[in-house]
Amino acid sequence: MAAITERVAIAHSEARSYHGIWAWLATVDHKKIGIMYIYAALFFMAFGGAEALLVRIQLWQPNNHFVSAETFNQLFTMHGVTMIFLVAMPILIGYINAIVPLQIGARDVAFPRMNALSLWLFVLGGIFLYTSWFMGGAPDAGWFNYVPLSGAHFSPGAGVDFYDIGLQITGIGTLMTAINFLVTILNMRAPGMRLLRMPMFTWSALITMLLILFAFPPITVNLILQMMDRLFHATFFNIPLGGNALLWQNLFWIFGHPEVYIMILPAFGIVSEIIPTFSRKPLFGYESMALALSVIAFLSFMVWTHHMFADGLGPIVNSIFAITSMLIAVPTGIKIFNWLATIWGGQIRFTTANLYALSFIPLFVIGGISGVMLAMAPADLQYNDSYFVVAHFHYVLFGGTLMGALAGLYYWFPKIWGRLLNEKLGRLNFWLVFIGFNVTFFPMHILGLEGMPRRISTYAPGYGWTTPNQIATVGAFILLAGMLILLYNLIRTFAKKPDLVQDPWDGRSLEWSIPSPTPEYNFAQLPLVEDRDAYWVAKREGNGELPKAEPVGPIHMPSPSLSPFFLALTVVIAGYAALLHVDWLALVALLAVFWQIGLQLVHEDHGYHVHPDVPAGGAAE
Amino acid sequence: MSAQSETTRVALEHETSQELGLPKDHRILGLWIFLAGECAFFASLIGAYLGLHTGVAHGPTGAQLFDLPLTTVATLILLSSSLTVVLGVAAMQRRDVRGMQIWLWLTALLGIIFLEFQGYEFYTFYHHGLTLQTSAFGSAFFTLTGFHGLHVAFGVFWILLLLFQSLRHGINEDRTTKVFVMSLYWHFVDVVWVVIFTLVYLAGKVS
Amino acid sequence: MRRHRRPGFKASLPLIVTLAALLLGGCGLGKQSTLSPAGPVAQAQLGMLYESLAIMSVIFIVVLAVFVYSLIRFRARKTDTELPKQVHGSTALEIVWTIIPIIIIVALSISTVHYAFALETPQTGKGTVQVQVIGHQFWWEFRYPGTGVVTANQVHIPVGKKVNFSLQSADVVHSFWVPRLGGKTDLIPGRTNTLWLEASKPGVYYGQCAQLCGAGHAYMKFTVLAQSPAAYKAWLQHMQHDTVSVTTPEETAGLALFKQDCSTCHTIQGTPFHGNVGPNLTALATRPTIAAGTLPNTAQGLATWLKDPAAAKPGAKMPDLGLSQTQIQSLVAFLQTLK
Repeated sequence: MAAITERVAIAHSEARSYHGIWAWLATVDHKKIGIMYIYAALFFMAFGGAEALLVRIQLWQPNNHFVSAETFNQLFTMHGVTMIFLVAMPILIGYINAIVPLQIGARDVAFPRMNALSLWLFVLGGIFLYTSWFMGGAPDAGWFNYVPLSGAHFSPGAGVDFYDIGLQITGIGTLMTAINFLVTILNMRAPGMRLLRMPMFTWSALITMLLILFAFPPITVNLILQMMDRLFHATFFNIPLGGNALLWQNLFWIFGHPEVYIMILPAFGIVSEIIPTFSRKPLFGYESMALALSVIAFLSFMVWTHHMFADGLGPIVNSIFAITSMLIAVPTGIKIFNWLATIWGGQIRFTTANLYALSFIPLFVIGGISGVMLAMAPADLQYNDSYFVVAHFHYVLFGGTLMGALAGLYYWFPKIWGRLLNEKLGRLNFWLVFIGFNVTFFPMHILGLEGMPRRISTYAPGYGWTTPNQIATVGAFILLAGMLILLYNLIRTFAKKPDLVQDPWDGRSLEWSIPSPTPEYNFAQLPLVEDRDAYWVAKREGNGELPKAEPVGPIHMPSPSLSPFFLALTVVIAGYAALLHVDWLALVALLAVFWQIGLQLVHEDHGYHVHPDVPAGGAAE
Repeated sequence: MSAQSETTRVALEHETSQELGLPKDHRILGLWIFLAGECAFFASLIGAYLGLHTGVAHGPTGAQLFDLPLTTVATLILLSSSLTVVLGVAAMQRRDVRGMQIWLWLTALLGIIFLEFQGYEFYTFYHHGLTLQTSAFGSAFFTLTGFHGLHVAFGVFWILLLLFQSLRHGINEDRTTKVFVMSLYWHFVDVVWVVIFTLVYLAGKVS
Repeated sequence: MRRHRRPGFKASLPLIVTLAALLLGGCGLGKQSTLSPAGPVAQAQLGMLYESLAIMSVIFIVVLAVFVYSLIRFRARKTDTELPKQVHGSTALEIVWTIIPIIIIVALSISTVHYAFALETPQTGKGTVQVQVIGHQFWWEFRYPGTGVVTANQVHIPVGKKVNFSLQSADVVHSFWVPRLGGKTDLIPGRTNTLWLEASKPGVYYGQCAQLCGAGHAYMKFTVLAQSPAAYKAWLQHMQHDTVSVTTPEETAGLALFKQDCSTCHTIQGTPFHGNVGPNLTALATRPTIAAGTLPNTAQGLATWLKDPAAAKPGAKMPDLGLSQTQIQSLVAFLQTLK
């Protein structure tokens, strides 16, 4: 057991303190910010899931009129946008916020106020996107929003404006998260925590942030160009005036493919934490796992036209991008085999977290197999834009990302919230989700090969599509049942008293060496890291305590501040004003945004000091 | 034991944060990383421009419009502001607050003059029939150079804020870093202009 | 912590059930299936599917076998007292599972590059047929260069001949896809793409738009009618010499109505009607369906369409002309003479 087992009280604080909801709005604590990311992601998941269910009901039978074709287009567009930008990324960024500083032995992130700004831009940007439903209709040109369909001529409503502005708002927040965590991971590791001693989840966060740093600017530019077209009648995508339809596609997929890895690499990281923990063995091939992450990230920037194989770019372009795309299978294969080698010879415990993490392996392999098939450009002409692609990316993003995210939820829940989720409900939750997922998405491979294009609002009888569609719809309801069990488990767990178990799984990395939930300063004394899996080593070879790198003393903390929240709010007001063509308000709000940024740049935060209340014995160092 | 830990800590902390030889100050490293993202941002904008600059529709072309002598003067003005900001930082490191303030004033002034050149250029192009709505070339030109101009304008604003801060409160360790970080940003904005000047104006005039 | 007895079997159970359900359920090859190719292009693509699926299935089975075996063999037991052997890695193994995928990729790359050039290069040989395809929201226009023949939503091609489709769009991005004949290629505004296909047997092949193009995306279907070269030639000639002949008073009334209400948008070969907004209606009565595969080409179908196009087909650009029941009947009678 670590020296400090109780929460310590703040002895004195120079900063203004906030209470109730204000404490949450003003917090700059990475753990609270992480919690809010996770809550918000789960909240948006309910909407994204509801949209998916409506899509599945509409496709239950041929010539169905459950929703109109126009509504159908809005539903699948918002489903995609929600799940990608408002669920998958934020939930992973939530874990990164809550866990990475603990894993590297840091007390916070490099820029705590900027971290809060990222959160609020995401939350308010997401709400902004969702208000489109009440303000003339949601975006309806698909999540990749191809021009000219998404241009003002063919989509005169405000839906696409919500897409353009909403994704810019959340995107800028994501970009700031990337800068923040790159500096945090590079510069704030505890003494002795070398790069090659970092836990694999931290490695995946580092590489993911690099991907965000280079992938988000192209989509931001793309959104700006389209916004100029739609709001100010520029002609970037106006073909008669010299515009180019493929410019959108290229900029979109230069972002879009790395985006896939932004969503999957942290899931790789989560699985790489859980599988060793519950096999009681170190991660097999640590160095090659870190290298594989880097290689995948590098390759992800040179495969984008595989989304455009049907664009008629010619056999040379298609061959080159086919080969680079297939090459990604090599580092991915290394990861899969290393996980298999990790469980091989272990003592596997089937906790819910581990069930989710283990299920990731076969599901991701299926997604990888269809991925290699899709990479074969000439054959892809048959799969592209069919349900085969829909099946493929759901195996990757649901079977991969979401299974990883749920694994992480069960695994880190006790650390983040100080309570263990119920394991019995957890297993029921897992099996329903696992079965529901396969029943929903496996038939879509068949549908695609049977010639069903994606995004059609209905189909005629006689194509052989009815039965697989009905199986898929049944599967979607099994999934719903599974997610409701999760909801019930969450409510039940929050209703009970905290367990305050510090290390329920016999964990390996630093986050398990400190109390649950973690005190606001994380480490009363920064640890001295001398090994990979340092906490595991300390438990096996020492007294279960990490050596300390500093004496007990006052800890400097950043002051809470409402300014990030108000800055994000101003950005969203500017967004509404631009969208509603209230030009003066947009201008005033934008100037206010820059004024606030300027104030942040000259801001001087002295923060305050916390005196950790270390029980006798702990202070012996 | 405590003293020993302290020594180990200092040694190891050095080892961890200096593993890659990166700047130790978060703000400096953060700004470098931000600039890497900015590179991707301007690369995308410049890429869009290069993809669209032949799409002139019925409007004028770049070769017809670009006034190289004028833009060269503007370029020299912006480039000399890189020199003044360096001199400002050098003065700051000598603890010469007055010198720093003078050089920063001059930098902001050069930035404003550059923006006036740009404003004049936009105005002439508008009168020669090139607007945001004329053609894809027009859209791409005004968006690319406009975003660069916004970066310059924000830089001027940033300099002025730091100037007022130093005038009111003097300078300390923390503010020194703030000024240094701003100077990195300012250099980046200048370097981007060199790329734009080459790829948009020089190459556009040749073709 | 309670343990599962046989997690491996349980883990694979849903997959087996799903697969079985699918095999029993919906796998009769449909009329738009890539799995029942009717031409060399689709045949080659199906070959690539089988090649990659075979190789990948081997990998999947190996992974699954090791996975399931490990879950059973290495599950934690009450009798575990010591830590398992702490293995950190094995350079030899890691090299092996780096090299094997590389070899597989090299193998798959060979057929990929070979077919990329074979299938994505426009055909030039003797007897090659050219067809111009123009995508519209939400219907297909087919032109036969050099003949003046224009049709919509049903394209005629000769069997056994390579057909170069040149693909253009009048509005947004569409995608031309006839799964039984071959893969799709997009129609992108401002570009002309080409795609070649060939039908080996006479028959009707179903196709539809595969790129989201708006509200009517699901209703943008077409058929390929592959005919013997003689029948194809006869059809082309017929289309060039088509004339309108109305006999009954109802048909005559319909013709007058057409002139008044329809001719600004629609063309009929051999008449002065040369509107070019909507589909060319020459020999409309010979087409199996109307409104891009949305309705059967019957009196009933035509009447439904004329009554309220947007109700029959979401996003339809044809306006509701506000026709009376009698007017609809006359127009239908006239349209059915266009043989």
